[in-house]
Amino acid sequence: MTGPLWPEVCLHVVSGKGGTGKTTVAAALAMALARDGKRTLLMEVEGRQGIAQLFDVPPLPYEERKVAVAPGGGEVWALAVDAQEALLDYLESFYNMRRAGSALRKMGAVDFATTIAPGLRDVLLTGKAMEVVRRRQKNASDAYDAVVLDAPPTGRITKFLNVNSEISGLAKVGPIRNHADLVMGVIASPLTTVHLVTLLEEMPVQETIDGVSELREAGLPVGGIIVNMTRNALLTDDQLESAIAGRLPVDALRASLVSAGLGAHVDQVLPGLIDEAADHAHRVMLERRERQRLTELDLPVVELPFLTGGIDLGALYSLAHDLVDGRMA
Amino acid sequence: MTTFDRAPRLRIDELLSDMRVNVIVCTGSGGVGKTTTAAALALRAAEMGRKVCVLTIDPAKRLAQAMGLTVLDNTPRHVAGVTSESGDGELFAMMLDMKRTFDEVVESHADPVRAQQILSNPFYQALSSSFAGTQEYMAMEKLGQLRADPNASWDLIVVDTPPSRSALDFLDAPARLGSFLDGRLIRILTAPARGAGRGLGRIAAMGFSFFSGVLDRILGAQVLADLGTFVAAIDTTFGGFRERADATYALLQARGTAFVVVAAPERDALREAAYFVERLRTSDMPLAGLVLNRVQTTLAAELSSEQALAAEQRLQVSGTDPMAAALLEIHAERMNLAARQHHLAERFTAAHPGVAVTAVPALAEDVHDLDGLREVGRQLAAK
Repeated sequence: MTGPLWPEVCLHVVSGKGGTGKTTVAAALAMALARDGKRTLLMEVEGRQGIAQLFDVPPLPYEERKVAVAPGGGEVWALAVDAQEALLDYLESFYNMRRAGSALRKMGAVDFATTIAPGLRDVLLTGKAMEVVRRRQKNASDAYDAVVLDAPPTGRITKFLNVNSEISGLAKVGPIRNHADLVMGVIASPLTTVHLVTLLEEMPVQETIDGVSELREAGLPVGGIIVNMTRNALLTDDQLESAIAGRLPVDALRASLVSAGLGAHVDQVLPGLIDEAADHAHRVMLERRERQRLTELDLPVVELPFLTGGIDLGALYSLAHDLVDGRMA
Repeated sequence: MTTFDRAPRLRIDELLSDMRVNVIVCTGSGGVGKTTTAAALALRAAEMGRKVCVLTIDPAKRLAQAMGLTVLDNTPRHVAGVTSESGDGELFAMMLDMKRTFDEVVESHADPVRAQQILSNPFYQALSSSFAGTQEYMAMEKLGQLRADPNASWDLIVVDTPPSRSALDFLDAPARLGSFLDGRLIRILTAPARGAGRGLGRIAAMGFSFFSGVLDRILGAQVLADLGTFVAAIDTTFGGFRERADATYALLQARGTAFVVVAAPERDALREAAYFVERLRTSDMPLAGLVLNRVQTTLAAELSSEQALAAEQRLQVSGTDPMAAALLEIHAERMNLAARQHHLAERFTAAHPGVAVTAVPALAEDVHDLDGLREVGRQLAAK
């Protein structure tokens, strides 16, 4: 009846405003895509070692490592892409010039190229993702069924992915231009899609809306919206309204709390409980407003629950399951 | 509230009224409320009677409007609606225009012809609008300009820092850009302009031909030519780029500067905060303390989550009052979240016992007017 929404996609790019939990979502997505014996690669590009911390493994080198098994015997691998290493990689695989690369590094040219030269860094990072994706087309033995890229935040995602236009001001012709074209050939194709992670709060939702229109303008494929850390409404609509209006039935509540064994300090705690219910109601209403704004984007939306206990491996499995239910994988 | 019972208290009002402090830098990872914190600190200081300028990087639209920042013109604008008892307090606010700031640096250091050459160079255009460190560098440059402005009479400048990949970028970027523009690589790249070999020695000349050969293959000849022209223009005009970056860096180490690290009570944000605290220490930069935003408060702390859940169970069984059961569940969730945040906060304090902390409760809605900022300011300063 309902399979994944993007069966053809091989590169899932995950972005989101800072603090929305995009690394967690990317990891859960990699796990969801790896279920039933598949093999996925989770890539990070910002040098933060977020994946290692999430899976509780030592810092990742510039090397593909298995970090977890997925339900049904699949495998999640991880790679922390470093722009300098990616440049040396690139020199070796395209020009057979690794030694020259080392010399360049000593001269500071590698540092220059990867941190100063505008756009170049992003071409190298996205280029690595492209290389991994293309392994599958070549049926290479180290190919993955899917690649999940934990990408820079929403505010920078279009620039990051749109390497072609970023580099075009600099290089109209030449090898780096050809490389950028090659990268773009994968990123702006049906092989790729970009998911945005958000919270049901004003600023993250606004950034998501802005991010979607930027991506669309740039002709980049937008996938789904993942609403992270949602909390259930625990009151009915009528009760929410009463809580906001300060019209909760105080006497009835007091009687119920006494009957539940809280008689000793009911007067002490009841006003606090009522105020907390009002806060809860305000938040639920705010979340509804923001949810409504998201639906106007006309994109698939999947919601992930807030996990009070924090994120560990078990939590990732549970989020992966929710992503499968939401047809994200 | 007892979020940080073991940490020394960050006394915001003492910080804001300390006339020796003339720069406050707010830093932290993305999404923790840096901009709001910077604006709230600036407003509070102004209403305490100081003349304050707040430099924001990328404020949310409504917050910007609340401060009268409707146009991005790279100059501080007077904020209306600020009142102080003495009547002396004033608040100015500005949004950083990165490219324009860079252009101004060029224009102020080069003769018009040379400046035009630089401004129209494709390499410069890319560098000034998209290089990942330019925003950080220009934020610091703008801070330097604001401090040096002879027409302005601000006695306090509050700086919001760019949403960097990592909070540390903003400290490193100026030095990195400075060392690039002033370093060995530049000399090699500019060698042809100065006549390769002459004054450089044979080895450097060989280095250049090797280097340009490789770059030629990777980047293409046109990029290299643009880069060479750009670098030559920059180099002859102001080889002191690094000095500028160094001066800004020194300003950050000066006595009058105070860093405020902003975090949310979440693992990742606190980890970034911890890195930053360490970094400030090793770089001799004065840390005022940590602002912990979005802290979950509880309004009936006498009732533990266990007690609440046990009572809820009883109500569930009897099925008499689902609303009362829901209230207890809401409370239990809130207590659990508060406990988890408390635990994370305690871990931070255990690792950094000397760092003063102030906590701001989670607000139901985003801040987008001066009243909202005033309220945040009150919470920041709450005893």
